[in-house]
Amino acid sequence: MSANKEIKKTEARSSLAKMFGGSAFQSLLIPTLAVFIGLVIGGLVIAATDAGVAEAFKNFSSDPGAAFKSIWTAIATAYGALFYGSLGSPREIIAGFKALQATGDNDAFLKAIYPLTESLVTATPYIFAGLAVAIGFRCGLFNIGAEGQFFMGALGAAYVGYSLKGLPWFVHLPLAILGGGLAGAIWGAVPGYLKAKFGAHEVVNTIMMNWIAFRLSDWLLTGPMMTAGFRPVTPNIQKTAELPRFFEDPLRFNWGFVLALVVAWLVYWFLFKTTLGFEIRSVGANPDGSKYAGMSVVRNFVLVMVLSGALAGLAGSAQVLGVDHWVGQGFSAGYGFDAIALALLGKSHPLGVVLSAILFGILRSGATRMQSLAGIPIDIISIIQGLVIIFVAAPAIIRWLFRIRISTGDETVLTRGWGK
Amino acid sequence: MAVQSTSQHTAQRNRLTVGGILIVFGLLIFLLFTPGTEAGQVAKFGMNLKSSAALPIPDITLPVQASIYALSILVVFLGAFQMARGIRSAGALFGIVAFAFVAAFLIWATKGKSLSLIGMLSSSLVRATPIALAALCGVISERAAVVNIGIEGIMLISAQASVVAATMSGSMTLGLIVGVLVGALVAAFHAFLVIRFKVDQIVSGVAINIFATGATSFLSSKYLQHQGDLLNNSGTYPIIQIPLLSKIPVLGPILFENNLVVYLMLLIVIVMHIVLYYTPWGLRTRAVGEHPKAADTLGINVFFVRYVNVIVGGMIAGLGGVYFTLGSVGRFDEVMTAGKGFIGLAAMIFGNWNPIGAFTSSLIFGFADSLQIKMQILSVPIPSSILAMAPYIVTMIVLTGVVGRAIPPAADGVAYEKQ
Amino acid sequence: MPTVLELRDISKSFPGVLANDHVNIDLQEGEIHCLLGENGAGKTTLMNILYGLYKPDSGEINVRGKKAEIHGPNDAIARGIGMVHQHFMLVPVMTVTENVMLGVEEKRNGVFLDRAKVAKRIREISQLYGLEVDPDAYIKDLPVGTQQRVEIIKVLYRQADILILDEPTAVLTPQEVEGLFKVLRSLVEKGKSLIFITHKLKEVMALANRITVLRNGRTVGTVIPGDVNPEKLASMMVGRDVNLVVPKKKANPTESVLEVKDIYVEDERGQMTVRGVSFDVKMGEVLGIAGVQGNGQTQLVYALTGLLPLQSGEIRIVGETLKRGATPRHILERGVAHIPEDRQRHGLILTFPIHDNMMLCTYYQPPFARGIGLQEKVIMDNAETLTKQYDVRTPSIYVPASSLSGGNQQKVIVAREFSRPIKLLIASQPTRGLDVGSIEYIHSRIIEKRDEGVGALVVSSELDEILALSDRIAVMYRGQIVDIVPAAQASKEYIGLLMAGIRPEDALKSAPSVTGEAERVF
Repeated sequence: MSANKEIKKTEARSSLAKMFGGSAFQSLLIPTLAVFIGLVIGGLVIAATDAGVAEAFKNFSSDPGAAFKSIWTAIATAYGALFYGSLGSPREIIAGFKALQATGDNDAFLKAIYPLTESLVTATPYIFAGLAVAIGFRCGLFNIGAEGQFFMGALGAAYVGYSLKGLPWFVHLPLAILGGGLAGAIWGAVPGYLKAKFGAHEVVNTIMMNWIAFRLSDWLLTGPMMTAGFRPVTPNIQKTAELPRFFEDPLRFNWGFVLALVVAWLVYWFLFKTTLGFEIRSVGANPDGSKYAGMSVVRNFVLVMVLSGALAGLAGSAQVLGVDHWVGQGFSAGYGFDAIALALLGKSHPLGVVLSAILFGILRSGATRMQSLAGIPIDIISIIQGLVIIFVAAPAIIRWLFRIRISTGDETVLTRGWGK
Repeated sequence: MAVQSTSQHTAQRNRLTVGGILIVFGLLIFLLFTPGTEAGQVAKFGMNLKSSAALPIPDITLPVQASIYALSILVVFLGAFQMARGIRSAGALFGIVAFAFVAAFLIWATKGKSLSLIGMLSSSLVRATPIALAALCGVISERAAVVNIGIEGIMLISAQASVVAATMSGSMTLGLIVGVLVGALVAAFHAFLVIRFKVDQIVSGVAINIFATGATSFLSSKYLQHQGDLLNNSGTYPIIQIPLLSKIPVLGPILFENNLVVYLMLLIVIVMHIVLYYTPWGLRTRAVGEHPKAADTLGINVFFVRYVNVIVGGMIAGLGGVYFTLGSVGRFDEVMTAGKGFIGLAAMIFGNWNPIGAFTSSLIFGFADSLQIKMQILSVPIPSSILAMAPYIVTMIVLTGVVGRAIPPAADGVAYEKQ
Repeated sequence: MPTVLELRDISKSFPGVLANDHVNIDLQEGEIHCLLGENGAGKTTLMNILYGLYKPDSGEINVRGKKAEIHGPNDAIARGIGMVHQHFMLVPVMTVTENVMLGVEEKRNGVFLDRAKVAKRIREISQLYGLEVDPDAYIKDLPVGTQQRVEIIKVLYRQADILILDEPTAVLTPQEVEGLFKVLRSLVEKGKSLIFITHKLKEVMALANRITVLRNGRTVGTVIPGDVNPEKLASMMVGRDVNLVVPKKKANPTESVLEVKDIYVEDERGQMTVRGVSFDVKMGEVLGIAGVQGNGQTQLVYALTGLLPLQSGEIRIVGETLKRGATPRHILERGVAHIPEDRQRHGLILTFPIHDNMMLCTYYQPPFARGIGLQEKVIMDNAETLTKQYDVRTPSIYVPASSLSGGNQQKVIVAREFSRPIKLLIASQPTRGLDVGSIEYIHSRIIEKRDEGVGALVVSSELDEILALSDRIAVMYRGQIVDIVPAAQASKEYIGLLMAGIRPEDALKSAPSVTGEAERVF
């Protein structure tokens, strides 16, 4: 009878399990709680390193209330700045919109939505890079090299963007985008090939490729691809290679975001609705079984690393062509590791990746304001991300912390081996 | 009979391929390194460090062209011999060719100048130190089947912690102890995640790396950059010359004229070798890494063995972190480990998961690292950033296993389910 | 004789399964007590409880009259209980000495391992009980029978006097089994007490002083061999009269569908494990390959299905000679069905839902795919139909394959493979670890395919399965086929001798190759 109950429960979750590989409730609950705990611990770090808090705790014995209040103040100031800096204020947005309707003057409105659009601008490369890591996970490959692929993609897109001249935009822009994708694909293909041919572990190799990319870019930016003058950066790309922006300066929100959403949908379709995606997921879940079923495991390794590299390269394209219009040293800082965090947070599902990317866009773009307003280094976001990864990867910790009793599908596997 | 003929066939094909590759390398040596050399040019290699002049041995002076011709011919000859007769040991062949190639490169780079060979070898050992420590951390944890890819992050955090502790207290020793303990702490956290919560070992390691980068950079920009003198200026360990031993020609200055961290690393190599192969703890560790269930059924606490080994590994990686600050530059810079932790993992694999092998292969990476620095000094006409790729490229070549495939502990990376 | 061990009212449940339900058993000094039951009857669970690997939900254990709390192997070892596991608990890359001393190391100077001392002790034990083994050999170099001796030495080294042997004969040849029995009898003579776990009736009758039968986690009863016959034991074991003879008509073989000529195959580690094998399978017949596990059968099947490359020789499938490096897909597309030996490693993607597993080999073909687009409706309909048709017990087609029982997992594979148009069936250990119901079902399906004109190659280490299914029987030993005989008249003794590596001409001296009536009692 207990077996029956178990089966019924399994059945109930099955349709949603198809999407996320866990119950829908759980697949939202765990990441949400993971982000929440990440923010809480990040807040404690902020408070612990806050001068005001330290000051208040000196008088802890005489005024403990003030000490605790100071913690609250520190965290509230920091996160207040973070979210104001990333989302803006709804009141200002509404007021701006009313002004726009009434007078046709969009100044106030644009000013009000600026933080929000900046968050989406930041989220754009995250979507691509997150998809890159996610598609790797689906095939059982851990691409830690999204950072190098991103950098090479940016350089590729920039090169096509500034070196080709006199092309119409509808030729130049796609070429530049693909240039980035291609450069990333090549950077991903190398570890993919080494894995397929020699079984060399992709984790170490993608990291080595990152360092090679950094050194190569050092050389390119101080030599062959350097702009006239003394700054180690590329020339600006041609106007015809720029991803069009939706609003005038300083709003940088552009078609790259739409492109990212389209690509996310394509990846979803590819992974779940095509035979190629079926193979990739099958190889990721059980390489031996896939070989038995007639699939070529190594071919899928190479294919996925090429696709993964291409997606990370597209992240570079989107960033160069839509936002910066040139590439300088340290361009890729941190994107690769961020991508891992959000692929894990999004459970390697394109929809999850898009949502996580927007969340990270909000955090990153708000952190800049937090840094200038509250003097908190932007690296706090990396700390939070590290924590989020741990909590997402170890739902057991979350369950343990919150005393949640949910059984995951794989916990019932114990029954295997008993007939009946 | 049929089998023999097939395998003979493959063997012959292999022999021809390898021979062909050798000949190509021989020609490559000739083509790459002879242009621009002049007859009568010499390359001078210093064989003494200034400090150890007690028993000076003569420096080596080589005629550039003749030496490169000789090396090139040697490799081509080996290739031809391989094609005709076949040489058993592929490893030895590879070693000779690599040596000839590097030697030719060095001679070419040093043409008309002088290079302190001993200086370079000694700096290879120094530069191999953090790599070896990372590799040893990998060996001790992976022998118990826990993959620790967070070594890079552990080293980063330890580097920062040790320099801050040393600067604030004014005691280098305290800095070292703090660095090692912090390493143990982070490793313990990793062990806790992967053993208690069965988090994917790679994911946990990556999370530690991200966290470490974030946390050290956060503290760095919040405090270290503003109060460098108070927090981030520890000074470095002095070079200790071991009496008598450091006077041995060639070996003396390389091995016995180093700072504390290098000596500790050498000591750990030896101790770890003895522990792994000659003590009960080592036997249990290897059993837990190969067949944890077997160990469990004999009453060995698999989890305990894993915890201890990962934490000890963390202490070793912590010492690696100490190398970067107290053992090298005396201050902390953001992301100063520059991938050494990962290179250490490659050294561990190439060294076949044993301490002496891991140490030896670390030397290769240390050599590649020191080579690129010396080449910049010799102002070789290759961009320095391209030369700086050398250690990373060597790592990737090593991982292909072309040079010899290593077999990891059977249960490596697999969480143990106690029933 | 005093009772050395008593298990009282032991119960243990796992999610969805009651593995032990108030089980009682006692062991007297100097006896061999056989614990008999089908796969899944709860024997191994019970012994794992005794050895402290599982915690019982209720019940108590008494050792020599005293209540014993056994929380782990250490407690068991301390009470003189030793266990020889079904899957050997030996570290392959270590020596015999290292394996034996693991956990109870002898030390020199208080720090270093004293290998010599342990090796000496091993030699003493070997001599005392007739367990010949070289203490310095590496486990990975030893044959299975010797590895088992090391397991027994390990237990004796820890001075156990209660020994549990879990299915010890599963990996041995009939002749090695005889050797093991001799050792066991000598152990008992020297005062040890043994629990011998098995599902093989013949062994029970040959060895036991007493027999306790388990069924569905319950004790059916304890009997003395003299009081029962194999048929009685069998019905105690399965709860009804069983008939392992598969009802089948006479085979009607036609042309060859698989021809294998002098093939050589290396395993993943580079060992030449198939050495010059030739045979053919005709349409409408079952060729059984008998042999003790590890004699190259696995690699033979892998080579036939493209999972391992041929070193030399020739394979013809449905009239086509396979090219060097023919892929599994190429072979599947010739009309070959493959029921793999390891269903969880090869046969299924466990995390995938059943509907995806039902089309695992044909997902790229119409009707499941159009271009590169998967046709979801077709896939679902196919899965619904097949689960019904092949009686797969599952709550729905959307649950992951991992949630099914072993028998139902195997049915998913059979359904998938049999629903394709096939000419050749390659089935490797098709019923390993399954309950009797599933075994009968799968056997009858294989015969059904044979009668439809499919050629079938069945590889099994269960001689009874081979005898029940085959029309011809090939015996494999050390990578070679030593003889092929018509099954209808094959004698079990003769095949057993061949499996043990006795050459056919010598085997004929001690057993006729054919008998009038095949022996079909388990």
